[in-house]
Amino acid sequence: MKSIVIGVIGADVHAVGNKIIEYTLENAGYNVVNIGVLSSQEDFINAAIEANARIILVSSLYGHGEIDCRGMRDKCIEAGIGDIKLYVGGNIVVGKQDFEEVCQRFLAMGFDRVYPPGTTIDKALSDIKQDMGD
Amino acid sequence: MSAILLVDFGSTYTKLTAVDTLIGDVIGTSSHVSTVRTDIAIGYEAALQSLQASFEKPVSFDQIIACSSAAGGLKMAAVGLVEELTAEAAKRACLGAGAKVDLVFSHHLSNQEIELIREKAIDILLLAGGTDGGNAECVLFNAEKLGAAGIKIPIIYAGNKSAMDDVKEIFTRHDCDGYFAENVMPKVNVLNVKSAREMIRDIFLKKIIEAKGIKKIESEIDRVMLPTPEAVLQAAELLSKGYLDEPGLGDLVLVDIGGATTDMYSLSFAAKRSDVILRGLEEPYAKRTVEGDLGMRYSALGIIKPFSREELMAFNQVNQLDLEAEASFRANHVEYIPDSVEAERVDLLLARLCATRAMARHVGKIEEVFTPMGTFYHQTGKDLSDVTHCIGSGGVIIRSKDPRSILEHLSAKHQSPTDLAPRNPEYLLDQTYILSAMGLLSQQEPLLALKIMKKRLISV
Repeated sequence: MKSIVIGVIGADVHAVGNKIIEYTLENAGYNVVNIGVLSSQEDFINAAIEANARIILVSSLYGHGEIDCRGMRDKCIEAGIGDIKLYVGGNIVVGKQDFEEVCQRFLAMGFDRVYPPGTTIDKALSDIKQDMGD
Repeated sequence: MSAILLVDFGSTYTKLTAVDTLIGDVIGTSSHVSTVRTDIAIGYEAALQSLQASFEKPVSFDQIIACSSAAGGLKMAAVGLVEELTAEAAKRACLGAGAKVDLVFSHHLSNQEIELIREKAIDILLLAGGTDGGNAECVLFNAEKLGAAGIKIPIIYAGNKSAMDDVKEIFTRHDCDGYFAENVMPKVNVLNVKSAREMIRDIFLKKIIEAKGIKKIESEIDRVMLPTPEAVLQAAELLSKGYLDEPGLGDLVLVDIGGATTDMYSLSFAAKRSDVILRGLEEPYAKRTVEGDLGMRYSALGIIKPFSREELMAFNQVNQLDLEAEASFRANHVEYIPDSVEAERVDLLLARLCATRAMARHVGKIEEVFTPMGTFYHQTGKDLSDVTHCIGSGGVIIRSKDPRSILEHLSAKHQSPTDLAPRNPEYLLDQTYILSAMGLLSQQEPLLALKIMKKRLISV
């Protein structure tokens, strides 16, 4: 089974969406490694190494995602999983900003897929399937 | 009467404990210097003679069973993938099986690490890595590396089950002494050490005690059953949980301060509060940690190593002693027993430091996290704050005139405020050194072993 690591990054304790994501991806037939809330970049990366995951899906609902996600791609490269797909979604920046700009900032940080507020996991699922080669 | 003789082949002493199952108590103990280098039976016979001499008439034993930590104990290397995950899980499996974990490696093994495995004369290697269905590349690389290097010690594979068949093929191709157990971390942060622990014990009994010259004693006794630290862990678990109608003591902590190491055992579930978020690898109910740099003799220099020059000087000035000289004297005279009030005072001080540090490394920690949603708590490791009993064992505590003051250093009073150390425990002393013997007895007569421990561990 193909593995995906999911979790909520930083000092963020929003647990409900995290469970919905887990449920949906498991139903879609993936091995979901859910590291839960209050997770650090290292927790995501360590879990991805052990589980041989192809995708890390980072959630952030509290507005500080931009700070929490900085340097994550570099750490993946250091840890030997530089080619892993990095997804991020939720309320990932402070306040209401132009999403196109936000998206560009996260792409520049090395994320592969960036989702605006209010995106349901069903929408991301087709991207996941594509990146997984399903 | 019906008597059982329990033998502990230690690295320094061979200790005998005789139990009468009808009276339901210990009827005699004796000890003699271990003679594992020449013939282990010599020390055993001498101890047996002095035990028999203490009885009115010689006792014939229905059963003689033993545990052993002689000839360096069980030396293991733990190999995993990520340091905090499978390498840590593999290390915990080894410690739980009563091993001394001399080497812990993560990621791909290097030639230097292979050399170290040879140099340190490791007895068994535990190879883990990857969750089930997860990373297989690393364990395959490591299996190949170990095989190609001609490592002939028993290797237990307890990693990603999806890689097991390929690892088996590699072991066969290189003629390795391979064994297979369940993955120590089947899912991220889930610990599964039981199967690996049992495999370690099996190999210890089948191969290691023979290689160390302990097996030949089995012509005189019934059998060697456990590595000594595992016997102690089992005794502590029984004492904590109770047996049938006989209640146990509940959550407890046990410290054994020896000459070379300080062993900490805790028996409790990891989490006690609902308002904390647990982090990291799952914690076992029965947890053992071993501090190789904290010991009263061989490792005495390790105790003072964290102090700076200035701290030592200030301390020495106030207390009118040279702590460094005292520690190095003890490291060079491992058989030394304090012969003056001053020397006892130094031993007491060193023992307190061992207890404080071993607890600080064993115990879980809590951390406040300020979030936009309010304050939350992160917990890593075990919450021991409600532990009801702290038990002390090991020569320095047993012989001390003030054992309580050593044990008190395990409590929250002497630990950092963010450590979840026991807040208000009772203190017990293993005065007659019976814990390993009771761990052995618990294999046959758990109820009796429990009753004897409850009677013989005295309150201090």
